[in-house]
Amino acid sequence: MLNFTLRRLMFTIPTLLLISFIIFLILDLAPNDPTGNLPLTIPPEVREKIRASLGLDAPMYIRYLLWCQQFFINEPLNLFNEWFGWCIGDCEGRLRVTSWATRSPVVDLIAERMPQTLWVVGMSYLVGILIAVPIGVISAYKQYSWFDQAGTFISMIGFSVPTFFTGVLLIVIFSVWMPNDSFFWLPSIYDTTLEVVDWSSFGQQVRQMIMPVMVLGLYNAAQISRFMRASMLDNLSQDYVRTARAKGLKEKTVLLVHVLRNSMIPVVTVIALGIPQIFGGAIITEQIFKVNGLGQLLIIGIQGADIPLVQTLTFLFAVLIVLFNLVADVLYGLLDPRIRYE
Amino acid sequence: MNSAVEEIEDTRKFRSLWGDVWVQFRSHKGAMLGMVVFGIILFGVTLGPYIWTTDPQYLDIRAKNTSTILNCFLTGDQIFQCFSDPGSIKYFDPNAETLTRVKLSWAYPLGTDQLGRDQLAQLLQGGRVSMAVGMAAMLLSLVVGTVAGVLAGYFRRLDGPLMRLTDLFLALPLLPLLLVIIMLFRDTLRGLFGPETGIFLLIVFVIGITSWMQTARIVRGDVLALKEREFILAANSIGTPAKRVISRHIMPNILSPIMVSATLGIATAIITESALSFLGLGFPSDFPTWGRLLFDGTTYISQSPARVIWPGLAISLTVLSVNFIGDGLRDALDPRIRGR
Repeated sequence: MLNFTLRRLMFTIPTLLLISFIIFLILDLAPNDPTGNLPLTIPPEVREKIRASLGLDAPMYIRYLLWCQQFFINEPLNLFNEWFGWCIGDCEGRLRVTSWATRSPVVDLIAERMPQTLWVVGMSYLVGILIAVPIGVISAYKQYSWFDQAGTFISMIGFSVPTFFTGVLLIVIFSVWMPNDSFFWLPSIYDTTLEVVDWSSFGQQVRQMIMPVMVLGLYNAAQISRFMRASMLDNLSQDYVRTARAKGLKEKTVLLVHVLRNSMIPVVTVIALGIPQIFGGAIITEQIFKVNGLGQLLIIGIQGADIPLVQTLTFLFAVLIVLFNLVADVLYGLLDPRIRYE
Repeated sequence: MNSAVEEIEDTRKFRSLWGDVWVQFRSHKGAMLGMVVFGIILFGVTLGPYIWTTDPQYLDIRAKNTSTILNCFLTGDQIFQCFSDPGSIKYFDPNAETLTRVKLSWAYPLGTDQLGRDQLAQLLQGGRVSMAVGMAAMLLSLVVGTVAGVLAGYFRRLDGPLMRLTDLFLALPLLPLLLVIIMLFRDTLRGLFGPETGIFLLIVFVIGITSWMQTARIVRGDVLALKEREFILAANSIGTPAKRVISRHIMPNILSPIMVSATLGIATAIITESALSFLGLGFPSDFPTWGRLLFDGTTYISQSPARVIWPGLAISLTVLSVNFIGDGLRDALDPRIRGR
């Protein structure tokens, strides 16, 4: 198992390098000028100097290798320095990936935005799983009952209706139509500056998280509950279930211990594979509820033609995808003794 | 006795593969309902602009921010007067607190936006573009996916490279990349093909080129299984060239997964296009799609929530009906389910 994991990890390195190169190529081939947004009164020779100061006069492969050096060597070293105080090499004058718009290191910007995204995305995924698992179990156990039919229909709606419509619909209902002083009124804008210090601010935090978390959570629940149902159905007709019943085990034990545990194996891998997509989907949800997380940072970066920021963020999304693919494979091998990668 | 035999022969004569598929498809209630809804929407967006001839770009600035005529249901005892002569209702207050001026007119059944453009006409026009993008992107991704899948499945030498390419595409973060590509190449293509065609081509190309991987994988799997069957062996043994084996023997047999991915592809393409427009990086305001109308409406969400509800409903209904059709089609084309 360890062998397999290590081999797969070795294989991810060229994959990620190739992906980072593709992203760099797309950004570089694009016919846009980062100084294009500056005032027209700037004389051409100054403009040329600005371009040179951004490092744009160097050839393409030099800029790519420079980004690689900054991202893969300098940034981890800097993180070591900040976390553990280890100083390796030149700690002060080290070149880091710098945003063109804010002139601050991109990694710091990402670290600033990370908690909000993780809170909203993580919470919504958790809510989605908590909703999906019982629904999937019940609708498989009572196949073709009214509960199953309703569940199928609702999950169909859940992944057909795009999150940008459910989000806006919830805003219309809970922020626009609901009177301001009502208990059910919810804020449509996520306030990041809110600090949880006492019960009332905790209540406020919960209220502002309800809508974004529910929008993403329901979307996830719709998908996961389908997998859960299918996987439960596969297992319910197996021989070991009949054996368990024949032994005289309680129905609850058969369902929740024997069948559920076995049906969770494929579902866990689906959950792991879904995590990076959730970060992508959060781009839209963050835009609806004005959460200043990673998705919003990406949108700002794209609109401001902030190439280093966009490059780094897009690459991080790619890292998430590759990493969680690996995690799903490893989890599958760990959970299911029938699968051996040797 | 004689008549009984004839009857059996009759039923046999009329059963064809597609007849069976149709019978199975018809028994799927959701799929039939989806078909009807999709038909209505398709009819509405293709022929609607000829029936409702208001120009979606005409600015009737005097009639700006007109509300939808359905607001008449909120007027209580004035409801009949409101429907017969909406112009006479100048003021009514749903919350009984704020005295809001709400304009209503039969000339604009779904109201107008902040510049006085007719929302119904915009919805029909936007649906046209959304549907066109969905279908064109689906076709592109289908062609790329099928070609890649068939080549990878049939020719062993191409299998490795093509599947690695598929894996690579699957590992790319698609939504961020779509946003980046559209942002960066938008202006160039607009300059080349004009503002509308340019952005249309760009979005169709970008969506199509990033959504073919699932089709390719499914098709490859099916081709790999088919290749081992006896009829392919027979075709090979009489010296049929590979091109003909693929077109005569393989393509008809992989038609059903392709059809299912085609329907589901329309749904994803429409959602992706709307998401791009919703993030402000799709079509421009003067060339609206459903996603763009929804995005423009969010700014005025507290004044007129209807502006976001109609396009959102249109997107959701289309996608829902397409997904149901895909579901029914999958059941109908699966020989293990069909006829049970």
